[in-house]
Amino acid sequence: MLFAALDWHQLFFALFALITCVFALAVLFTSNVVRMAFYLVISLGATSGLFFLAGAEFVGAMQLMIYVGGTLVLLIFGVMLTAQSRFVSMKTSAGDWVVAAGVGGCLLALLALVAFRVPAWSEPNADVANVALAESKTSTQIGLALSGIRVDKLDQPNEVLRSGMSGYLLPFVIVSVHLLVVLIGAAYMARTKIRADRIDG
Amino acid sequence: MGGCKRWPTASKLIAKEDITPGEADRFLFKIAPYVSFTASYAAYLALPFADGWVANQVNTAVFFVLAVLGLEVFGVILAGYGSGSKWSLFGAMREAAQVVSYEVPLGMCVVVPVLICGTMNLVTIGNMQAGWFTNWLVFHDPFTFVVFWVYFTCAVASVNRAPFDLAEAESELVAGFHTEYSGLRWSFFFMAEYGSMFLVSGLASILFFGGWHGPIPVFDILGWSYLQGEEGFRVLGFLATAAGCVNFMLKAVVGVTVMIWVRWTLPRLRIDQVITTCLKYCVPLAAVCFVFVVLWQVAEIPFLNDAMPVRAAVEVVEDGETGPDIVTRGGKSYRVAYGKGAVREAWVLQAERAAESVDETTPADEDAVASQVKRAGGAG
Repeated sequence: MLFAALDWHQLFFALFALITCVFALAVLFTSNVVRMAFYLVISLGATSGLFFLAGAEFVGAMQLMIYVGGTLVLLIFGVMLTAQSRFVSMKTSAGDWVVAAGVGGCLLALLALVAFRVPAWSEPNADVANVALAESKTSTQIGLALSGIRVDKLDQPNEVLRSGMSGYLLPFVIVSVHLLVVLIGAAYMARTKIRADRIDG
Repeated sequence: MGGCKRWPTASKLIAKEDITPGEADRFLFKIAPYVSFTASYAAYLALPFADGWVANQVNTAVFFVLAVLGLEVFGVILAGYGSGSKWSLFGAMREAAQVVSYEVPLGMCVVVPVLICGTMNLVTIGNMQAGWFTNWLVFHDPFTFVVFWVYFTCAVASVNRAPFDLAEAESELVAGFHTEYSGLRWSFFFMAEYGSMFLVSGLASILFFGGWHGPIPVFDILGWSYLQGEEGFRVLGFLATAAGCVNFMLKAVVGVTVMIWVRWTLPRLRIDQVITTCLKYCVPLAAVCFVFVVLWQVAEIPFLNDAMPVRAAVEVVEDGETGPDIVTRGGKSYRVAYGKGAVREAWVLQAERAAESVDETTPADEDAVASQVKRAGGAG
């Protein structure tokens, strides 16, 4: 009886949201780099749980793959390249705290402002029964839109506009080239540092 | 008699003293086995064992399984770091380097079946290989056959088994990342390892070996299998599905057995050899095969399956839709494969047909538009 009475969706939403927030705070208040990364992974993993709960499985899996996996690589390189002694701990100076609090606070204010400005997010959907859940679950639209076929814009009445609608491929490629540049730059900087050390030593 | 040995072994592992080294980061040390274990077994959420027998039918199941499985290494790294031991840290770093490199060719190999089937839904991928064994994707063309072997190599490496078990390397690193573990925590790592071995083998059997479809479609010929869109329960239909589950398990167990067999047979590779195998052989091989599979698909070159009188899995019908069992198109008969699950990803848009009906589209008509969006191409 109790199981039937509980709203599992809301319960799990609260659970995942709590885990996300608590471990995000834990990242903030830990000084050990590896523990920090571990808490970050848990926080990001719980965020992907929120995505799964919302029925956005593709985004959830993406979150796991990119953010959690990315943090993993960050952790590996963080430990491999920076840790000279075991259990390296970070001391954050007061100035850093102030700057970080300012930047973070501005971002939070901006996000909160935007989030409350969207009317659809603050009012309950009156027509809950007709939410097209199944449609929102597929990644077909994104996949097709990447290659230039905009399934989501089929209701565009203008024939000329409909055929001319662009896909996401070009912006996607531009972003990935940027990332590649960043990666190459990072690798280059890491290499030169080691060489300089060798010359000095 | 060997079967009885597992009980004393298990009770021994449970009863053993659980030691935490003094140098360890206690929290990370204690939590690491659970991270590995959870990651390995969470991936089973999306792994179907038979048509419709899946805990949670995720539309992007392939992606989900890979994403979750990739987290297993996290536990290993935490264990290596948290143990406060040089052997463990070396083991963890080796594992990290290995897993990060092997995920690249593994992902490339997995993309090939996804590309051929046009979906990331594992249930649909399995159902599209219905019929005779010639319809299994491993026999789709010569390149998928090569891709399977690359996949298997990378899968062995990514679950950290011999000859890629550098993270353990008992001849050099005592026991690698789990040097300091004992008792139940140690066995959690091994449950995770064997769990992921079965998982990658099961994934291989779905992606390349038809999943729950046997080499000969006995139950389809007998007419026991559930028909498309069939609701309710039939004993014979249940039996056919259960036999499919047994099929799947057998294939996965063969994969696990081969992994164990390889461990007994091959010597361990050095770390540079491991990375060379990945970057110089597996990645280019997977990439070249990927390109040729695409060309094969585009050119529609016939292969084994086209020699069969009845072909399978050409049309994938939407959930709940009904139709004939065998359709004839252009003088050839095709078996219709039915996804019990959603197959929306497999559709390729017939944009002009949908666009025609846009003008008079009302909310009630949206289903009609959707049903016009049919899958095209494929093996046809």
